[in-house]
Amino acid sequence: MDDTKRYERLRERFQNGDISRRRFFGLLGAAGAAYGLQMPFARQALAAGDVSQVRFDGWGGVVSEAFRKHAFDPYTDKTGIKVIDGTFPGGDEYLALVRASQPGEYNIAHLSGVFDYARYHSFDLTSELNLANIPNMANVMPALMNAFKSITPDSLSAAPYDYGTTGLAYNRKFISDEEMKEKGAKILIDEKHKGKIGGWSDWRTRMWYAALQTGQDPNNIEDVEAAWDAVRKHRDLALKYWASGAELMSLLAEEEIHVTEGWSGRIFALQEQGHDIGYYDPPNGFGWQECLFVLKGSPMAACEELLNFMLDKDTSIAVAEGQSYPPALDPTKVDLGDKIPKLPAFDATGTLSGLTFANPAYWNGNEADWSKEFGRVQRGY
Amino acid sequence: MSIEQREARQPWILLAPALTAIVMLLIVPLVFIVVYSFWLKSAAGADTPGFFLDNWQEALTDPFYRDILLNTLKIAAITTLVCALLGYPAAFFIARSQGNKVVLLVLLMLPFWISYIIRTMSWINILGVSGALNSAMIWLGIINEPIQMLYNETTVILGLVHFLLPFMVLNIFVSLDGIDTNLEDAASSLGATRWQGFLQVTLPLSLPGLAAGGLLCFVLSAGTYITPVILGGPRDAMFANLVYEAIIRQLNWPLGSALSLLLLVVLGVLVIIYNRYLGMAQLAKGLG
Repeated sequence: MDDTKRYERLRERFQNGDISRRRFFGLLGAAGAAYGLQMPFARQALAAGDVSQVRFDGWGGVVSEAFRKHAFDPYTDKTGIKVIDGTFPGGDEYLALVRASQPGEYNIAHLSGVFDYARYHSFDLTSELNLANIPNMANVMPALMNAFKSITPDSLSAAPYDYGTTGLAYNRKFISDEEMKEKGAKILIDEKHKGKIGGWSDWRTRMWYAALQTGQDPNNIEDVEAAWDAVRKHRDLALKYWASGAELMSLLAEEEIHVTEGWSGRIFALQEQGHDIGYYDPPNGFGWQECLFVLKGSPMAACEELLNFMLDKDTSIAVAEGQSYPPALDPTKVDLGDKIPKLPAFDATGTLSGLTFANPAYWNGNEADWSKEFGRVQRGY
Repeated sequence: MSIEQREARQPWILLAPALTAIVMLLIVPLVFIVVYSFWLKSAAGADTPGFFLDNWQEALTDPFYRDILLNTLKIAAITTLVCALLGYPAAFFIARSQGNKVVLLVLLMLPFWISYIIRTMSWINILGVSGALNSAMIWLGIINEPIQMLYNETTVILGLVHFLLPFMVLNIFVSLDGIDTNLEDAASSLGATRWQGFLQVTLPLSLPGLAAGGLLCFVLSAGTYITPVILGGPRDAMFANLVYEAIIRQLNWPLGSALSLLLLVVLGVLVIIYNRYLGMAQLAKGLG
């Protein structure tokens, strides 16, 4: 018996005088409360059945615009499934949201770094993709796949999607290419540019660049105190820690800052807008790979269909050109066109051997201490 | 059921929706936060349930948290003082204006129609290196090079004043509007100058409104998070930023809970002191 029938029977009993008005309204109220309470759980149950929408969370700005225009809208036109896209300023913020949510509330995330994949796995948030439903995964660079398989050998919870670097971005009006190449990462702690230096308010990036500034291996920092001193020096010389890609672009475009580390795709987007901003990847610059991570409790069939659609050659290239990050597709297997080989960080060999990635075990192992310490150092300690 | 019993139940029935909302949306989450504050974050990142005092010990004894809390209270106090100094003349003008009072009040409320974040970000376009103020000064020949005005404690206070000034003006206005103007005339007839009349009659009578506005400005600015993020430099942080970092960046919900409760207790004590001496009725008038 459906709810409408139940209501009609109840109303009939009330009209016949079998139950009092008070009891009638009391039962209606109880039914309403029960309906309200069961909805969050019903949503999960529904996730297993017919799916009308999938939630996707990403980095916002030009990246989200590219995803919306070249992937989500065409996917909705093709399948009828809506993609609700949210944004986050960083992986930490998003993980906090996911941890506070019900399974199924968030579905797919555009995560950065293998360390993020490992963190989500440690919080038991991984799902199991059926790769048979994602045939386009065959075109993805094995180097990107292997990084995730090293954490979850028996299954995958994400599809590699793009990669990039966090290199040095500088305004050529104030800093020449020669000066940048000569100083490298140390330009961020150069007194000459005091008050015109920026930096991402992310402890990993700060420590990575501190390692470069102190001549250490970012994946094996032996003199941690020296690195913190470099973080402190950068803090004292910096005008502003930026918190999002949009803020990074605004600070550089408005000439509030002359030099900062920056995300390769965002800097390329600035260059395309006509700003004379240079981009330089110093030796051991911060490389990262991004993935489309499917969270536990998501409607898997719909998510796998979206992933396959996004990994399609045409979609993948269009998104890559839109967001200015090279796609995960293997350039030795797939013709990526004319524009993508010109993007910063592009690796024509398909091996990514020229990029240095964060060692997930090393960085996640230091996360608790270093993220807390950075909070203090940032405030002057 | 007797009539007396039914009459005794009626207020509770009427209050039930509001009480349910308060319990479910305020009390229950607060209890969760209290419970969380005694848990621990394990090295693996997961939370360890139990009754541990570590977070409270850290929050209460670590000079880092004490210094940021004191700095937060200092910024809140300066913001409140500036709001009072700027808000009183504005409220006085509105209260004493003839005919166009409603228009002025609507103008005062207009900023609330725009998002607080957008209003805060607007200062970047005003004070930035290529912002309106620098451009105007360069165009007028006052300066040759743009002046760096953004991203420091002063701009954080500026952003807070911009946000909170209407709260102060409204509270003072409500107080001034309720003062019988015959009292000022009576003071004049007894030989007081207009300034003396203001100091000895109007100002004392409007103090409850000033205090209510001050409390609101202080509590709201002490709990702010976004203004230092948008307009502050690397070192500029208020206590709410530490709560955010503990919970969001470090995923240390137990410590974040203890820190948020600490801020709540400090601000709660201020509200209790206010209530003890001035009562909450004035605050309700200002908000109404």
